[in-house]
Amino acid sequence: MTLDKLLVIAAALFCCGLYTVITRRNAVAVLMGVELILNATNINFVAFSFFLHRMMGGQIFAVFVIVLAAAEAAVALAIFLRMFSTTGTVEVDAANELKG
Amino acid sequence: MSGPADYIFYAAAAVTVGAAILVAILPNILYAAVALLFSFAGVAGLYVLLSADFLAATQVLVYVGGILVLLLFAVFLSNRISDAKITNPTHFRLPAAAICLVLFGVLSYAAVSTPYAVKEGVYLPTTADIGELLMTRYLLPFEVASVLLLAALIGAAFLSRPDRAASVKGDMEEGKR
Repeated sequence: MTLDKLLVIAAALFCCGLYTVITRRNAVAVLMGVELILNATNINFVAFSFFLHRMMGGQIFAVFVIVLAAAEAAVALAIFLRMFSTTGTVEVDAANELKG
Repeated sequence: MSGPADYIFYAAAAVTVGAAILVAILPNILYAAVALLFSFAGVAGLYVLLSADFLAATQVLVYVGGILVLLLFAVFLSNRISDAKITNPTHFRLPAAAICLVLFGVLSYAAVSTPYAVKEGVYLPTTADIGELLMTRYLLPFEVASVLLLAALIGAAFLSRPDRAASVKGDMEEGKR
């Protein structure tokens, strides 16, 4: 277990999340991709905290990232449910009412 | 570090990345959510190997216990199961795959070729340190995060109440008349 292996794992996780965000049309699946990306950043924070500093800053930052991810998921899913009740679908292409 | 910890590391890494790839390519969104569960669990295993025991527990509690259940609820509530259309179409597959592979190559090259001043990590319990730092040095972000969570809770509860909005809309239409 070395730092660069962990960084490569985080990069793979990030790219999977990015692919999910780009290709999916279902808004819930897009949110899953965002969660994957946040997990990749968290792995980076914790890995640098473990290998470079032995300070807790990275782990504290990861805690805050998890808090933000939870808040974001709650609000986003509420918005999806509202969108489903008004448009009958959660596909991101359907949310085009504000398009000029 | 070598020996059994290395095998556990490779197993956790394989579970994490493999499940993430499944999340990206599985057409059925329910199966993708279950694959996401395994990916989160693998990340929790990596946290344990990185001497982040508190974070590993938090990962299991918040991600696996909270966010994933929320996602599954959203899938159940927002797909008409009777239509048997839980699979979701994808688009831009080839360009997205090309972009992601190139980005992965660049990121991996940067990660491998950069010389970091790596120190040997030590395994110590972290929960007491994190709690102390949250109450002293990181007190302001901690309080801001609590206010943010409260705002998110109120916002989510307000947004997901259908009757109220319908009645407000009706009131507005009555007002127009």
